[in-house]
Amino acid sequence: MMLDKTVKELGDALRLKDFSSVELTQAFLDRSKSLNCEINAFITIDEEQSLAQARAADETLSKGKPTALTGIPIAHKDIWCAKNWITTCGSRMLENFRSPYDAHIIKRFNEYGAVIQGKTNMDEFAMGSSNETSWFGAVKNPWDLNRVPGGSSGGSAAAVAAGMTPASTGTDTGGSIRQPAALCGISGLKPTYGLVSRYGMIAFASSLDQGGPMAKSAEDLAILLEAMVGFDVKDSTSLQNKPVDYASAINESISGLKIGIPKEYFSDHIAPDIQKGIEQALQEYQRLGAILVDVDLPTSPLSVAAYYVIAPAEASSNLSRFDGVRYGYRAPEYDNLNDMYAKTRAQGFGAEVKRRILIGTYVLSHGYYDAYYIKAQKVRRLISQDFMRAFQACDLIMSPTTPSTAFKLGEKASDPVQMYLSDTFTIAANLAGLPAMSIPCGFDQMNLPIGLQLIGNYFDEAKMLAAAHQYQRATDWHLKKPPSTTV
Amino acid sequence: MEWETVIGIETHVQLSTQSKIFSGASTGFGAAPNAHACEVDLALPGVLPVLNKEAVDKALRFGIATQATINQRSIFARKNYFYPDLPKGYQISQLEIPIVEGGSLTFRVDGIEKTINLTRAHLEEDAGKSLHEDFLNMSGIDLNRAGTPLLEIVSEPEMRSSTEAVEYAKTLHALVRWIGICDGNMQEGNFRCDANVSVRRKGDNALGTRREIKNLNSFRFLQQAIEYEARWQIEQIEDGLPIVQATILFDSDSGETRLMRTKEDAHDYRYFPDPDLLPLVIDDDWLVTVRSSLPELPKSKAKRYQSELELNGPDVASLVSTLEAATYFESTLAEFDKKTTTAAAKLIANWMNGEIAASLNRTQKDFSECPVSPLMLSKLITRTLDHTLSTKLARLVFEELWAGAVSVDAIIKEQGFTQISDSVEIESYVDQVIAQNPQQVEDFRAGKNKALNSLVGQVMKLTKGKADPTQVNEILKAKLA
Repeated sequence: MMLDKTVKELGDALRLKDFSSVELTQAFLDRSKSLNCEINAFITIDEEQSLAQARAADETLSKGKPTALTGIPIAHKDIWCAKNWITTCGSRMLENFRSPYDAHIIKRFNEYGAVIQGKTNMDEFAMGSSNETSWFGAVKNPWDLNRVPGGSSGGSAAAVAAGMTPASTGTDTGGSIRQPAALCGISGLKPTYGLVSRYGMIAFASSLDQGGPMAKSAEDLAILLEAMVGFDVKDSTSLQNKPVDYASAINESISGLKIGIPKEYFSDHIAPDIQKGIEQALQEYQRLGAILVDVDLPTSPLSVAAYYVIAPAEASSNLSRFDGVRYGYRAPEYDNLNDMYAKTRAQGFGAEVKRRILIGTYVLSHGYYDAYYIKAQKVRRLISQDFMRAFQACDLIMSPTTPSTAFKLGEKASDPVQMYLSDTFTIAANLAGLPAMSIPCGFDQMNLPIGLQLIGNYFDEAKMLAAAHQYQRATDWHLKKPPSTTV
Repeated sequence: MEWETVIGIETHVQLSTQSKIFSGASTGFGAAPNAHACEVDLALPGVLPVLNKEAVDKALRFGIATQATINQRSIFARKNYFYPDLPKGYQISQLEIPIVEGGSLTFRVDGIEKTINLTRAHLEEDAGKSLHEDFLNMSGIDLNRAGTPLLEIVSEPEMRSSTEAVEYAKTLHALVRWIGICDGNMQEGNFRCDANVSVRRKGDNALGTRREIKNLNSFRFLQQAIEYEARWQIEQIEDGLPIVQATILFDSDSGETRLMRTKEDAHDYRYFPDPDLLPLVIDDDWLVTVRSSLPELPKSKAKRYQSELELNGPDVASLVSTLEAATYFESTLAEFDKKTTTAAAKLIANWMNGEIAASLNRTQKDFSECPVSPLMLSKLITRTLDHTLSTKLARLVFEELWAGAVSVDAIIKEQGFTQISDSVEIESYVDQVIAQNPQQVEDFRAGKNKALNSLVGQVMKLTKGKADPTQVNEILKAKLA
């Protein structure tokens, strides 16, 4: 059945004319429409636009030069601006915002002939770890509809896990690709900061934000990543790097690969089932010829604290443009300019967004800046230095992606700090700008997926993908599907 | 009680780049509202700034021209505040490490040279415009100007009078045009000054509390505003009232300043380094390229004119007051050979500072638009140097040239302007005048030297100004001796 296939398999089948892109796209659209009322993974489905692209892809497949992605439907996190698509960022503020331009990666995917299958649900402005802060309602985890899919790229993760789309894009500021990938049992990659252009990605925390692919397998991630990376003149933080053939690189042997195990990431806070799942994964890696070494990341316990200064600081400024003046939501009634600002932002933003704007405004304020923002930046540098030391002793670092498996809807919604701690293992990679990914490595007693995190040195995406691919060739965790009783 | 006014000036200089500082949109003036506002200028969700290298080049030109320190690593920061014409909700500026620090500006006030130190010059983007008039109960927003590159130049509080402040502003204005970084158009707001004014008793070392007069876009307003403000502050203090630090506006209709906001309602701008822009790094090669592309600066030209051409200070000051004047001067001078250079230089300076300056002033033109080209002026001067024309005749020729004539020699020929230098001819005129003016002749012989002038004047009148006055003088003296 085509809905179960990977991007790699679908691409081969399309080029062999087993089915057309229109047929494929229609099949995924139909499944998405039938499941969306339960999962709520999509904010926008626009059949007409998707099918128009599919028809064009079929032209290319029959006459032109197809790429690995020609005709493949891909769901995009609703944080990416796509021309003529409503782009909400999960917020009431942008409920009716139709983007007049394409994000760099959307343009790239269009050039590769991929089909935009829809825009996926997310935590409002990517602020959340459960997808519960979305103005468009929570997303349900396909493995248990009473549980969260993780966030903020929860819709993208759930859509892939539920077979509503073959692959998706996400963005990761503190774990927003890896944590939902782990909680939904799929693979997700956050590249090195600067590898994927941020142009057209609605900014949350500019120095941490990085877009990346989410899919069923490491092999699919490699195919998607190739389309996403590359220098973009419109993003000053975009890097000029030699192109890498990720799809070939994943076949590299990992024999002799040195895997660093940071003891700080294996504390008592981890659920026992996760501990067990990770240990088994590491044993598998040893069977594949890898060597485990101990590494120290002594500053990593400070990463959540530093993150919750830096990210809100940048967010408080990035979100100032949503003022009701030029586009987006404007309060229907107001007395004067300041009242218009206040009411627009009070009504247009949800509680979590407001909380972070307040924190960010506070830490940047006169008299507090040095104590918070500057200090957090110093911690950030120490965290990077920790990693640089660690990578002198190992090739990759591995850890659990999350301290627990998917939690229940509402369980942490009223306790922001508990919610923030669910990103405790993922945040450091963002602070250091390092590439990191999550792949499925087992299930807990409730049959909820467990994620294994891989952190690489700068630009070591190929090495990471190879390690993930070799593991996925030896195991089948990534092929497990949610029970049909739920979806 | 004697009072002293202390003035520091912040100038916003619009850099004359083709496109905006962080987007590719045009900086053209006068387009339909928002015609020059692209997705970046509109601050659509997801857009990012990219620094315009041309704006950096121009900031470097300024730093080099004022002998300032160039910070080879400077930082862009966000200045956060809400205003409808500020689309992102923050302005990208520089705070802790500006691209240019220090430097100075030298000018003359009442013949005395004065040097004002500069604090810094930093790059930033301009805001848009709010239009309050054309919309019923609403305001329009025009973002054409949003993102236009500005260089904010801050002086030390070293000026002591409105005249010094105006001279500083005029010198700065001439310099930014000279080095090609700003068109200097003050009506369009491309060069605007904020004046920080305080007063203190003469002899006091501590500075008084300052008030900042915003957005003065003419030299006249700058002068009026400072004078009004200083008087107002002195009256306040003499009346025993405090000066509260404040931002004020100058109303050019009433000639008064009025309060905009006090320090208490000042914003907390929450500056922090812009994470969308990497630190601006200027390597040595970049500096060398900019340095070598700069024209010779007024200071250096002035020195050269004095030492090589033996011109005096006041003459030189006006020749280097604008690049157009200096270019005109040098193009004219280039028409003369080495032997006549010094003599010609003095005459060119006289013409430029006299007749030409007056005529340009009358017609509101600058030297680049002068109808009498450097080549024409050089021909005119050549004909005075070879005694074909007297000064008086030269002026008549100049008038013809100004009115549209092209050839100096053709005018001389057509109008019969040739100077009479044949001594036999002059003698006959002298004899005629001596015969007709016995009284003056007698007076001269009696020792009244003034009488000679009158007799020379008679000869000149008789020859319609064509006789060489020196020759007339000599012949008269000889004949009356």
